[in-house]
Amino acid sequence: MSSEREPSGKTYWLDDHRNVDRLVHGFYVVCAILIVIDIFVPKHGPFTVEHVFGFYGIFGFVACVALVLIAKQLRRVLMRPEDYYDR
Amino acid sequence: MIAELSPGLILIVGALLVPLLRGTVRGVFLLALPVVAFVHLLTLPFGEFGQIKLLDLTLITLRVDKLSLLFGYIFLIAAFLAAIYALHVRDTMQHVAGLIYAGSAICAAFAGDLVTLFIFWEGIAIASVFLIWASRNERAYRAGMRYIVIHIGSGVLLLAGLLLHYHATGSLAFDQLGLVSPGTALIFLAFGVKCAFPFLHNWLQDAYPEATVTGTVLLSSFTTKVAVYALARGFAGTEILVPIGAAMTAFPIFYAVIENDLRRVLAYSLNNQLGFMVCGIGIGTELALNGAVAHAFADILFKGLLFMSMGAVLFRAGTVKGSELGGLYKSMPWTAGFCIVGAASISAFPLFSGFVTKSMVIAAAMEKGYFWTWLVLLFASAGVFHHAGIKIPYFAFFAHDSGKRCEEAPWNMLIAMAIAAVFCVGIGSFPSLFYPLLPFKVDFFPYSLDHVVGQVQLLFLSALAFTLLMRTGIYPPELRSTNLDFDWFYRRLGRALAEGVGRAADAAWGGLMHETSRAVCALVSSVQRYHGPDGILARTWPTGSMAFWTTIMLAAYLVLSYL
Repeated sequence: MSSEREPSGKTYWLDDHRNVDRLVHGFYVVCAILIVIDIFVPKHGPFTVEHVFGFYGIFGFVACVALVLIAKQLRRVLMRPEDYYDR
Repeated sequence: MIAELSPGLILIVGALLVPLLRGTVRGVFLLALPVVAFVHLLTLPFGEFGQIKLLDLTLITLRVDKLSLLFGYIFLIAAFLAAIYALHVRDTMQHVAGLIYAGSAICAAFAGDLVTLFIFWEGIAIASVFLIWASRNERAYRAGMRYIVIHIGSGVLLLAGLLLHYHATGSLAFDQLGLVSPGTALIFLAFGVKCAFPFLHNWLQDAYPEATVTGTVLLSSFTTKVAVYALARGFAGTEILVPIGAAMTAFPIFYAVIENDLRRVLAYSLNNQLGFMVCGIGIGTELALNGAVAHAFADILFKGLLFMSMGAVLFRAGTVKGSELGGLYKSMPWTAGFCIVGAASISAFPLFSGFVTKSMVIAAAMEKGYFWTWLVLLFASAGVFHHAGIKIPYFAFFAHDSGKRCEEAPWNMLIAMAIAAVFCVGIGSFPSLFYPLLPFKVDFFPYSLDHVVGQVQLLFLSALAFTLLMRTGIYPPELRSTNLDFDWFYRRLGRALAEGVGRAADAAWGGLMHETSRAVCALVSSVQRYHGPDGILARTWPTGSMAFWTTIMLAAYLVLSYL
């Protein structure tokens, strides 16, 4: 995705591949900080698992990876051509 | 007398006048109706009004309490936003159907007895299907047919249930019912169909994406939320709703990940959000019920906003298929911005509405010690961010630039989206202004440090998973496809069975006809053999025919003597 010129002559910041990379790297740093500050947050939840270091972050990550991988496998079983019901 | 009128009737009666108006006058009238109804709603005192005597039954058409008022408010706000959003639409049928639909939903929310509820339950079904048919194509026609069959079916269940309930208890009051008798079980099932319980859900994903641009926005606001209201009214604390709700939050998100039509993705995520409400109703504590109805209120706004933004994309770009879109932020920056506000709200980012309302349900589950339910709800929270929070804006407005360039959404659509966005941020940022509307006193503070940090961690690391899967190419691409869901059982298996039975019956009937005609032919030819011009009995006509008729008479006598 190199920065092509728009018909209107406008250039967009996000069209530059390097800017997207910068954004993503910044995002990685924010995620790391979020996990680290977990040490300083007093926990009040009733379930012990909540008190595990970085529980919510780890849970969110694992849940989403599992979600996508399972959904991807589900496609093998469930996916049909777009006009499946019209035929 | 006017004070005893349900605010919904203002919309329904107003709808009948719409065909008489044209141009600007019609536009002003369409906007004024929900405003007038809202003003009327504000003047209503608590209590039961609008009694109608029907035979020896007393119907209560207007029951005003905190629960019905909350739904009255939000339904009228939704009707007003939809009116702005659809201001450019010339199609009279859509305006009339939309108003009757919204009016019926409001009347159902204010129904004090089951018969009134039933009448408007059917009104909702019949009016709303015209918003699907208004697309005026074959797919929409067929989806509408399936939709109306299922929804009329729900009405029939409700009617059967209320009759049994009346027979057993002598009461038609629409209060707490509970799963206590066959009658209330049927009513529960009727609500379940409209609330899209698992296996009863497919009408939603089937029909909503086939409706018109503006129709889907209306549809997302009313039908399922009336069902949530009805469950909260009749089945609060019914424990079976907890696992039902948890299942509803979890399974649609798998479909949402692989679905290509972005309005269908939203339909799946609507199903997922309903799960949180159903779960809250099942838990049944004051906090849980507050959370369930507050989440319904918030959902109407943010899901409406998301459907509005995808509607605008469909309206301008001509498609909402993820595989065809991308890079639209260049053409529709405002729509993209509003979509992101909706996405942040449904994902429950702090300062956005979902953070306050969904947290109430989750906190209630924790308070009552529902550990596994809590884990499922947490999984669903991460998942909803994944498919609705990221996928929708990402594939429509960013991702790979599709090269599509179009105009920004019309001004009326932008205004409707802006108002919805303001509500989303308002509820999330100033929850204390919203709390007094809830049915029970609220003692809940969502902005504690551990809750905010926990939620932000959950969301950011979910986004991290998306980013990594996307950049490594593991994330499944958007593909033009149909994904099989429960509707396969009636759209394919059921149809195949029906066709099989039809063919078998056809063959049996053909065989029967063939055999019968052979037997008749054989009879006629044997009669002809003896009785025809050359037959033995024809030589002596009178004797022959007497013998013939005597035989027939004796046979008839024999048959009759048995009867």
